[in-house]
Amino acid sequence: MTAYILRRLLYAVPILLGVNVITFALFFLVNTPDDMARMQLGAKRVTPEAIAKWKQERGYDKPLLYNAGAAGAGKITHTIFFEKSLRMFVFDFGRADDGRDIAREIRLRMGPSLAVAVPAFFVGLLIYITFALGFAFFRATYIDFWGVVICVAAMSISSMFYIIGGQYLIGKLWHLVPISGFSGGLDALRFILLPAAIGVIGGFGASTRMYRTFFLEEISKDYVRTARAKGLSEVTVLFRHVLKNAMIPILTGVVVAIPFLFIGGLITESFFGIPGLGSYTIDAINSQDFAVVRSMVFIGSLLYIVGLLLTDISYTLVDPRVRLA
Amino acid sequence: MPFQVVVLWTDWLVYLLVLVIVATTVYVRGKEHLRAPWRRVAQSRSGMVGLAVLLVFVVAGLLDSVHFRPRLQSGDPNAKVAYSIEVLSVLDLVLAPLRARREKTYSAPLATRLYAKETIELPDGSQAREFPRLKYGGAQLEDPERDRDGDIARAALGGVAGGAAVWLLFGLLIAAMVARGSGVHIKHAWNQLWRGDTEVPWHAILLTLLVFCVLGGATIALAAKYHVFGTDKVGQDVLYQALKSIRTALVIGTLTTLVMLPFALALGIAAGYFGGWIDDAIQYVYTTLNSIPGVLLIAAAVLMMQVYIDGHPELFPTAAQRADLRLLFLCIILGVTSWTGLCRLLRGEALKLKELEYIQAAHAFGVRHHRIISRHILPNVMYIVLITVVMEFSGLVLAEAVLSYVGVGVDPSMHSFGTMINNARLEMAREPMVWWSLSAAFVFMVTLVLAANLFADAVRDAFDPRVRMISALTAKTRRREGAKVSQSANP
Repeated sequence: MTAYILRRLLYAVPILLGVNVITFALFFLVNTPDDMARMQLGAKRVTPEAIAKWKQERGYDKPLLYNAGAAGAGKITHTIFFEKSLRMFVFDFGRADDGRDIAREIRLRMGPSLAVAVPAFFVGLLIYITFALGFAFFRATYIDFWGVVICVAAMSISSMFYIIGGQYLIGKLWHLVPISGFSGGLDALRFILLPAAIGVIGGFGASTRMYRTFFLEEISKDYVRTARAKGLSEVTVLFRHVLKNAMIPILTGVVVAIPFLFIGGLITESFFGIPGLGSYTIDAINSQDFAVVRSMVFIGSLLYIVGLLLTDISYTLVDPRVRLA
Repeated sequence: MPFQVVVLWTDWLVYLLVLVIVATTVYVRGKEHLRAPWRRVAQSRSGMVGLAVLLVFVVAGLLDSVHFRPRLQSGDPNAKVAYSIEVLSVLDLVLAPLRARREKTYSAPLATRLYAKETIELPDGSQAREFPRLKYGGAQLEDPERDRDGDIARAALGGVAGGAAVWLLFGLLIAAMVARGSGVHIKHAWNQLWRGDTEVPWHAILLTLLVFCVLGGATIALAAKYHVFGTDKVGQDVLYQALKSIRTALVIGTLTTLVMLPFALALGIAAGYFGGWIDDAIQYVYTTLNSIPGVLLIAAAVLMMQVYIDGHPELFPTAAQRADLRLLFLCIILGVTSWTGLCRLLRGEALKLKELEYIQAAHAFGVRHHRIISRHILPNVMYIVLITVVMEFSGLVLAEAVLSYVGVGVDPSMHSFGTMINNARLEMAREPMVWWSLSAAFVFMVTLVLAANLFADAVRDAFDPRVRMISALTAKTRRREGAKVSQSANP
């Protein structure tokens, strides 16, 4: 097991390196730092001196890959690729355009993101599985039919409408919770409630319908017929046999998403003004803060790889047929 | 010529897509084994209703895909011919009245007065603060407070009657088609349609068309005099914006999969078929691309694209061409982030197929690789491609709205549901609330996405052998329990 995890972690290195090369190419080769400087400074204030100053402030004034002017190891290390891209592997992200340390900002913002995303994730999972199992139990009846109809209708509505509708109805009309904002401690509960609830509702249609399909797929298998034939009640069959086996495909999609709880919902956070990583990313995109966007790309990829690893490990826990070798 | 034809990049691709669809239809018509699953799609009630709705949207989208630049009028006949920098489409011509009638600022749906109070001069020279009359909405009324409701009701009724008449024409047309197809008298076919016992669920399709004709007729009749969905901040008709947004949504939903298809097919099949280091390399590429969160990769790429566009203004003679290139680029980058899923599916399928006896036999006969792939593997994975294309559509339409909100979607000057929502979102805090832009975007988007979802489900039910097994299971129990539920509604 340990050997397997170690090997998978080693396998992650070339992937992260690939991600780094892609972002490096995107940010520094397709468009040179000069272009970025021009865009940031605006057309009016572009002078060669202003561009040079902008680049120097951010450390973009070095050669891209190979610094012929430096001595020794400096030939490699005093370059943009080394300082801006490779340094991310030790979580040194440099500074954002407003001068703040990105790594520190990320640590600070993880909390609020998790506070909203974690409850939404687990409550949602519970609700989706409950409903999907219910629909599978009442399969081929009106309950199932209308359940699927509602699911399809629900998944046809953009998540932004759920957010806007929820904010309007609960925050503005009924004044139950504040429309947006965040605070620490127990007080945070008031701010978390609505975004979390909307996160759950927004994912209802697609997830419930998908899980229902997983359950139906399991139900059509021979071992379920055997279980029924030996006299088990339908409820026992569903909970003891179908639910357990259907958890395998459900886990595939779910576990890989767990690390992303750190980032939280991009749209949700920015609509509700939650100072998490999601809104940090959106703000960076809007203000065209390239350093922050690059850091978030790196973090996102890292989390995805962790998610893949977790998925593989969780397989061994739920499915005895899978052996990690 | 009074105009200059402009073919934007996405227009070319739209035409290409239409060509591919027509060619496929012709090809499939001649092959019984290919027609069979499509016949199952045609028998699905919800699927055909979805298709009917989609077709209405597609017509609007296609009209909006023929662009031109009108010639500028000049008094001097010898003057050099100059064309407007504004690129219009055929849809703009159809909607010319809607486009031209700009109010000053917000006005509610079917309103006769502006949303905000203004200081206006009264005939006797004094000033008063009141809601001024609209320039176009209900301008024909003498006393809007008294006459408005009656006028709206009259216009709507007239529109409904007109719509119903058009619908009747549709009904007769379809009845004639059914009659010709099955060789019965048209009266008999009409009765069959009415009772709903035709193989293709024409009954449901006709009902859908009725809703569209009646609502459409009323809207057209009202739009001639009022702003049916109100106006936005700069006084533009919201109905016009919503109709213009359809093309953007359709382009994103279809072209994205179209541009990624060649890569996904080539790489997916190559990885599965050849295996070995080719498989490793391709897997590495898609794992790497996949591990970058989609929104961030799109954001990074679009930001870079914007830098490029801003740096090279000389390449784009009109604003529409610039916006169009950004749309195309968005399609490409969305394709890059979403092709990995299809690629993995194709790899798995190719891996399975190459072990089958008939392909082993082909190997033994010395058939070359490219021939095995094109003759044996490719036709057998096409169902995956088709299902993916239709299933991705609705997700992409929804994604566009989110991306436009984040600021990395389509050009802000381009009409799209995303930009509509984004602009309307800021008006939620106003008192009284400006709700109509949001509602219009909501209605159009939900209709489009729901129709696409229903159609996609029907296609998947018909083509995916795995799903077919499940729906067979529910269908069997259903018959046993005697519940009368539409089979197609059970994905």
